[in-house]
Amino acid sequence: MWHLVLGLISGLGIEWTGPFDGPVVFLGRRALRKNFFEVFGLPRKLAIDLAELQRRFYALAREHHPDFHQSAPPEERVRVEQTSALVNAAYRTLRDPVARVDYLVRLEEGRETREGDPSKPMAPPALLQEMFEIQEALAEAKTGDLDEAARATLAQQRATLCARLADEEARLTGPLSVRWDNASPAERPTALAAFKQALATRAYLRTVIDDLAEALGEETSGAHRRH
Amino acid sequence: MARIVGIDLGTTNSLVAYVDEATRLPRIIPDAEGRPLLPSVVAFTPDGIVVGDAARRQLARRPADTVYSVKRLMGRGFEDVKDEARYLPFRILPGEGLVKLAVGGREVTPPEVSAAILKALKERAERHFGEPVEKAVVTVPAYFNDAQRQATKDAGRIAGLDVVRIVNEPTAASLAYGLHRLSQGIIAVYDLGGGTFDVSILRVKDGVFEVLATNGDTHLGGDDFDRVLALWLLEDIAVRHHAELDRDCVDLARDPEAMQELRLAAEAAKIRLSAEERTTLTIPFAGFTYRREITRAELERLVEPLVARTLGPARRALADAGMTAADIDQVVLVGGSTRVPLVRRRVQELFGTPPHSQLNPDEVVALGAAVQAHILAGGITDMLLLDVTPLSLGIESLGGIVNVLIPRNTTIPTSAREMFTTSVDGQTLVDLHVVQGERELAKDCRSLGRFELRIEPMPAGMPKIEVTCLIDANGILQVTAKEQRSGKAASIEVKPTYGLGEADVARMIEESFTYAEADVETRMLIEARNEADTVLVHAGRALTQGAQLVSSDERTAIETAVAALRAARDSDDRDRIHEATTAVNRATEHLAEVLMDAALKGALGSRRATEILGGP
Repeated sequence: MWHLVLGLISGLGIEWTGPFDGPVVFLGRRALRKNFFEVFGLPRKLAIDLAELQRRFYALAREHHPDFHQSAPPEERVRVEQTSALVNAAYRTLRDPVARVDYLVRLEEGRETREGDPSKPMAPPALLQEMFEIQEALAEAKTGDLDEAARATLAQQRATLCARLADEEARLTGPLSVRWDNASPAERPTALAAFKQALATRAYLRTVIDDLAEALGEETSGAHRRH
Repeated sequence: MARIVGIDLGTTNSLVAYVDEATRLPRIIPDAEGRPLLPSVVAFTPDGIVVGDAARRQLARRPADTVYSVKRLMGRGFEDVKDEARYLPFRILPGEGLVKLAVGGREVTPPEVSAAILKALKERAERHFGEPVEKAVVTVPAYFNDAQRQATKDAGRIAGLDVVRIVNEPTAASLAYGLHRLSQGIIAVYDLGGGTFDVSILRVKDGVFEVLATNGDTHLGGDDFDRVLALWLLEDIAVRHHAELDRDCVDLARDPEAMQELRLAAEAAKIRLSAEERTTLTIPFAGFTYRREITRAELERLVEPLVARTLGPARRALADAGMTAADIDQVVLVGGSTRVPLVRRRVQELFGTPPHSQLNPDEVVALGAAVQAHILAGGITDMLLLDVTPLSLGIESLGGIVNVLIPRNTTIPTSAREMFTTSVDGQTLVDLHVVQGERELAKDCRSLGRFELRIEPMPAGMPKIEVTCLIDANGILQVTAKEQRSGKAASIEVKPTYGLGEADVARMIEESFTYAEADVETRMLIEARNEADTVLVHAGRALTQGAQLVSSDERTAIETAVAALRAARDSDDRDRIHEATTAVNRATEHLAEVLMDAALKGALGSRRATEILGGP
């Protein structure tokens, strides 16, 4: 009898290919592998008019939703379902400015999986000292009950990190995104590297903020789970 | 396309509706007596299965064989329900997997009980249309997980209904409101029913109903209100009537019939307190009559913690939708429990806007299901519903950690792919454990099932198995697998943790014919006997308690009528039972009045007992 274990392709955890790499999907009659920008007929730019995106999403949703293909033959219904799933995934990703950047980076690197994921948590160099202190405080919190002073310190640290996270996201979706949209082909690698750096910092901050929330006995956002 | 009806399979009541071609409006199909609601109660009698009002009437008399609120057991295991099982008068069998009930001398699963309800609704619709009805849209709480949805679909199959779509209740309600152009913008639907609570945030724009987020508690509803009130009354009875209880060596808590009477009285009092500030409960027990006044404030103190439990999910739904209360344009109330004034107050406080309930909260879900049925049948093309999956879907990986494939509140249909390989040379089996929930560890999430992939033997790490999880428009998971390197499709065997296998469903469809619903004649005979039994119990109590209050002639007349009814009851002559029942009712009318007046004397001033109690 074989030992039944889940094997791991990446060696680090179950490899997640996510909804990003759409299956071969059918939009209209032609078989096309479209990226999320192409799904909506948009250029590969980060500046997106959300009202227009929503309008196009509703139009595509109406066209491809299984509700309107109930009497189609089974194989046609399977295709409709896949297309509908792709449209939904594309909208979910592009409407969120951070997820949009994350997706763009992946697309640019031609990665189908999260292997070599740029958003692997990485401490921001400027905050290394604080991070060290926070990790120490967290380790302490794990061993015993928190007294009032320790709680106050943790809460204070969390507020600082939340502000820092907001700054990082604003930078990512603001100046960095503008820079990408205006970059010449030669400038793109630099712009991409900046994205990866910012995404890694963001991932790190989210994990620590969640750790702090957990130590304080509050609800966490689930940043530890691989979304 | 064939006709599709819309069904609200509720915890307390169920309904069936359709869209009228002429008016293009959804309508509820009433029963032969014009009643729109079918109580979701199923009695397993020696003569067959009885559903609805007839079953409801014998709740207190045949508690062990009469199943109510079965929806709370759908897609659940014994461990999930064992706390609640203490309060249920029918037996729940311990065991692995899907919970089983022991009723009417056999074992049944919740989908089979639900199937009996669906069958009754199917027949109701068939009588209405004068033709077979085979397809239905059935609603479920938005927060139902995959197992609970699958159980609902299985119930449909057992009942001979093709469930063409499972729709979330709050979303269905929003469709009904939307059809009436009663809602546009950002809508919050607060749905507190008999057993389940849902809250959904939607954007309604240009005919598209886009669910942004949903949250809830599939074990919170009016049943819980009834229970806290009944338990409180039980304590009160123990204090006030300890003399009688001790004398007769009675432990009400261990008497299923008494507990059922108490529960029903508590439910009735709760309903009255939504319209009145105070009400009087009168429950005749063997040996004494319990009577007390209860105020709305007292009820509110008891149910406040339950109402408070709805606020957390409501806040989480808002947060997941990226909204604050200020963004909500309208709040819509759904479900009978939203009639409770405290619920309305708390909802208004939370959202900062007075909630709407123009459409009957008991009917709005069924009306919405009919609208969705009409959309699927091609009758409506300008409305589109975009729903979400309520819970994150993941796969257990090393260390019991959940890898989320599809996060909660993702618009459905949606799919995610995952690559797997083996860790041992020649391994031919890969075991995937799929879970649903928001916790980090698989053991804290809901186990949906195990998927066993069989592949060709290869060196460890060589196979590349692509597993695709698709959540369809019903919110139900489909898993497919493909081994990419060998190019062969991996065979996949699904072992649902809390579900029925194909063979189970097939067997249940068979059995549903063996244990068919009692035919109309038998059903009416059973009803007549039930009524006779009820009247006999009441007459017996009245005689013991009030013999000295009436003349000996009257006493003799009652005893004669009672004896005649006892004899008639066991015959198969329905008319004879009816006549004898009516005779006992007439004979005891005066005694009942005298008793009530004696019992209520002083406390209620000049109003007569029958006025307060609403008839004999």
